[in-house]
Amino acid sequence: MTPVAKVLLGEVQAGDRLADFAYDVTATTIVLGALAARDWRPMHHDYDFAVHRNGTQNIFMNTPNQAAWFERYVTDWTGPTGRLGRMKFRMLGSVYPGDRMVFSASVEAVTTDAVGCGWAHLLVTLAVEGETKTDCTVAVALPTSRTDNPWDRRGERWLP
Amino acid sequence: MSDQTPLEVALPAAVVDLIGQVQYETPGDFPVEQGYIATSCASVENGNPLFWDPEVADALTNGPIAPPSMISVWFRPHHWAPGRTEEALPLQVHFDLKATFDLPEAVMTDNTIVFHDPVRPGDVLKTRQILRSVSGPKTTKLGTGRFWVIDVEYLNQHDALVGVETYTGFGYRRDAA
Repeated sequence: MTPVAKVLLGEVQAGDRLADFAYDVTATTIVLGALAARDWRPMHHDYDFAVHRNGTQNIFMNTPNQAAWFERYVTDWTGPTGRLGRMKFRMLGSVYPGDRMVFSASVEAVTTDAVGCGWAHLLVTLAVEGETKTDCTVAVALPTSRTDNPWDRRGERWLP
Repeated sequence: MSDQTPLEVALPAAVVDLIGQVQYETPGDFPVEQGYIATSCASVENGNPLFWDPEVADALTNGPIAPPSMISVWFRPHHWAPGRTEEALPLQVHFDLKATFDLPEAVMTDNTIVFHDPVRPGDVLKTRQILRSVSGPKTTKLGTGRFWVIDVEYLNQHDALVGVETYTGFGYRRDAA
């Protein structure tokens, strides 16, 4: 079995910063992401449509694929025991082929809810050349001990 | 005195009547499948062993699950299907509003997803759409149009809630140069 690294709630505190992650976007990144998300709309694969109909500078990354990038970035940090509870995106600009995406994040708060689930609240940004294209607030459940597993929670024990 | 704000007064009654109503309750076209999970993970180079190593999935989640962020993937219709005469649109309320207000272009500006029970290969999800609000006319750098907020609720075949997605869309007409 693949070794499972995990971040425990007690190891995290407000003000912590996650390591940045950078990725060079190509047209393949945009098209592959859109098709993986079953998003067939032409502004995510058809340059002429994006430029001449939508008035954008190129095809651009779709929202579900951005969600997948944010999830990957957060769970690279938490390990597989990190369980996403809530993500809120604010799209400020588009991501195009040729852009170098840089993901960065800070821990805004660490909480334990009424049913004992531990949460890290993150502010994650996706920036290109220092300009924020999307920011994303994330609530991710973390184990409170070596034996705790947020994925075991159901129904009234899971309050995202 | 009316309870409605000036912006709500400006909305057509047919749109006001739809606010808060459940619409388009539909099942997904196909069961959640492992191959698409791998395709999605590959598209963002997500190496989380939960999605690649069955032993890790057994240990942590009692079997394979889909990445939570894939939740909208499972209800997007095929690009083509035999016998279909009209284009199938994944967020129909959004496209209805574009048509109602004659706004040819649209973008999504905000998106919130709340995750509940995990989605598993073999699940057949169903969705329902609920219009929450529509703004009055607004002008942005893209053009002039309206913002709207739509909830999409996702349930599995056991009627367990697996997620709620809230979209803010901006339908617009590009301003004349």
